[in-house]
Amino acid sequence: MTAFWILSPIMVLAALGILVVRKAVHAALLLAVVMIGLALLYLVQDAPFLFAVQIIVYTGAILMLFLFVVMLVGVDASDSLVETIRGQRTLAVILGVLFGVTLVLGVAQVSVGTITGLAKTNADGNVVGLANLLFTNYVFAFEATSALLITAALGAMVLAHRERITPRASQADLARQRMRDYAATGKHVGPLPAPGVYARHNAVDTPALLPDGTPSQSSVSRVLVARGTVKSAPALADDITEVVREEDAK
Amino acid sequence: MSATPFLVLSAILFTIGCVGVLTRRNALVVFMCVELMLNASNLALVTFSRVNGNLDGQVFAFFVMVVAAAEVVVGLAIIMTIFRTRRSASVDDASLLKY
Repeated sequence: MTAFWILSPIMVLAALGILVVRKAVHAALLLAVVMIGLALLYLVQDAPFLFAVQIIVYTGAILMLFLFVVMLVGVDASDSLVETIRGQRTLAVILGVLFGVTLVLGVAQVSVGTITGLAKTNADGNVVGLANLLFTNYVFAFEATSALLITAALGAMVLAHRERITPRASQADLARQRMRDYAATGKHVGPLPAPGVYARHNAVDTPALLPDGTPSQSSVSRVLVARGTVKSAPALADDITEVVREEDAK
Repeated sequence: MSATPFLVLSAILFTIGCVGVLTRRNALVVFMCVELMLNASNLALVTFSRVNGNLDGQVFAFFVMVVAAAEVVVGLAIIMTIFRTRRSASVDDASLLKY
């Protein structure tokens, strides 16, 4: 019971965190906390097989899938706080609290009777007991889940597959397009300038300086610009100007 | 080891999942809240399995996990397809059938 009283506040706090954090990545990590907590509660309740399955399937597979999709969809795809239906959020919270209070009161008042415990059932081992049930009473349900899993895998492949409708642009096509752009708009034909490489600072988030001292916008990735993590090149060179000034004074 | 605290925790987690589905806008987070609700019901199943002294509850929790895995795979593929055409993972933007 000690494990329960330690884990349950952590799990409830992490679950409440999912409701309030802005970024999907943080929600996924908080969900991982809840799921590991649940796995430990399974272990406490004589379900070692489900403990392993919970860790492997939920925190191992499903949450990694979530994180992959978060990366594909974009880490910065945070929730907007604009309400499309007025008062929906408040109503949802009020209804949720009412529902929760009803459910908790109902569950707390139910008397579950004497607890039999699984010591006798798990005498041959939990996995053996589960296998005995799974391959006798529930064998058709088990077969049906195999069909479900295959259908789900096929469905995901069909949904995620993208048919190519235009031919793939070859290197020659790209070069031709670049020359056409140069003729039309005068866009630079060569490669983009490299980001800043200085004697004391060498990083992709520092823009390169043009001969006239202004930072070159095309030398940093536009993802970094969108995140607002680009360093100011002149600020890094501030003390250099001082050194140069001292040299000049001599 | 009494069963009621486990059931109350399961009820609380289920409620939090419900509120999350109703309030969050990001389709991914809505999905995580659905997972939270499935997990909360699993906890109740495992608890009742211990109360009754047979393993049927654990078998059902196992089936819930299998169905949840299948659901996540298809759901995330749908979210990705919507994101590809609409450049957004918000449940409010996927309203093309409305008009």
